[in-house]
Amino acid sequence: MTQDTEKPPAWQEDIYLALKAAGVKQVAYVPDAGHAHVIRRVHADPDMRAIVLTTEEEGVATCCGAWLGGERSVLLMQSSGVGNCINMLSLIQNCRFPFLTLVTMRGEWAEFNPWQVPMSKATQGSLELMGVTVVRASQPESAGETVRAALDSTFVSGEPMAVLLSQSLIGRKQWVKN
Amino acid sequence: MSTSNSGASIRRREFVARLLSACPQSLVIAGLGSSAYDLFAAGDRHENFYLWGAMGGAAVMGLGLAIAQPTRSVLVITGDGEQLMGLGALATVGSQQPANLSIVVLDNGHFGETGMQASHTSLGTQLAEVARSCGIADSTRIHALDEVDALAARVNAREACLFAQVHVLDEELPRALPLRDGVHMKNRFREALGLPTF
Repeated sequence: MTQDTEKPPAWQEDIYLALKAAGVKQVAYVPDAGHAHVIRRVHADPDMRAIVLTTEEEGVATCCGAWLGGERSVLLMQSSGVGNCINMLSLIQNCRFPFLTLVTMRGEWAEFNPWQVPMSKATQGSLELMGVTVVRASQPESAGETVRAALDSTFVSGEPMAVLLSQSLIGRKQWVKN
Repeated sequence: MSTSNSGASIRRREFVARLLSACPQSLVIAGLGSSAYDLFAAGDRHENFYLWGAMGGAAVMGLGLAIAQPTRSVLVITGDGEQLMGLGALATVGSQQPANLSIVVLDNGHFGETGMQASHTSLGTQLAEVARSCGIADSTRIHALDEVDALAARVNAREACLFAQVHVLDEELPRALPLRDGVHMKNRFREALGLPTF
């Protein structure tokens, strides 16, 4: 993926617009190529705050702090990061914080790096074991609507939610430049 | 090996009580264990959030809160063990630096809740230096109780993100147990800010 030079896929813009329309103010992230466009847009948006993390579990806590203070927040990460969050998700379950994470999947489709596979296989199960409801978007035309629905479930209904963005949606990672 | 808390004289409960009394408007997140007991012992209030888990998360929870509430002083009170589990959080705070966020680490050099095993701050780690190296320029070490007033003034001023490493005695105190119902704490905290439950 060379999204820095190519036009970003429309579904990534749809996700940014969904976050914006829902009034999300804080976007915490560990970067991934599939989130790159949203991250750029959030950094450029004076009404949103981008928070880069050293590890994904920090974002679980920043989202809870934001909610305590009256702001909506989401956490962006890739599937490997879900494993880093497990104990911190106790905070979500104990306090029933509204929580939404968007997870770009690795290790499930045309994967080059086998080290991505074990956590990929455990991603959905780990989230569900910690009480997070998991939905998935695999088609570009439905990604925005899936995120919009998850935003409602989170902030209207108070549900902890994860949206998995399929690796097939994101496309092949180019390991060797042509 | 240097021990950062050798020669500590500050009694933690007294320090926290004086800090809270001088910062009555602040929103407070307490890390799990002794720090939460110290905060509760200073007097329960709806603007206190006591963690009983989520180890390593106190400072970053304070970060999200501070960004959401820029006109209020946000105070994170935690221990050396809790902060050590989230050292990366200091880099994340350093990259954001909300001027209304203060992180106060009560450093007794030990894991107090689990049998007083020596922590890394007894074995060479200098937390205030770590915080400074993460970009939190206003990082200080506090060795005397009477420095609490100057710290409180800086917390109340909301002029810079700050980090204070407070060298406290490694005394084992009776537990003062705060409420543990997270849903209740969350809702009363938001209510104190005029916010609905969700």
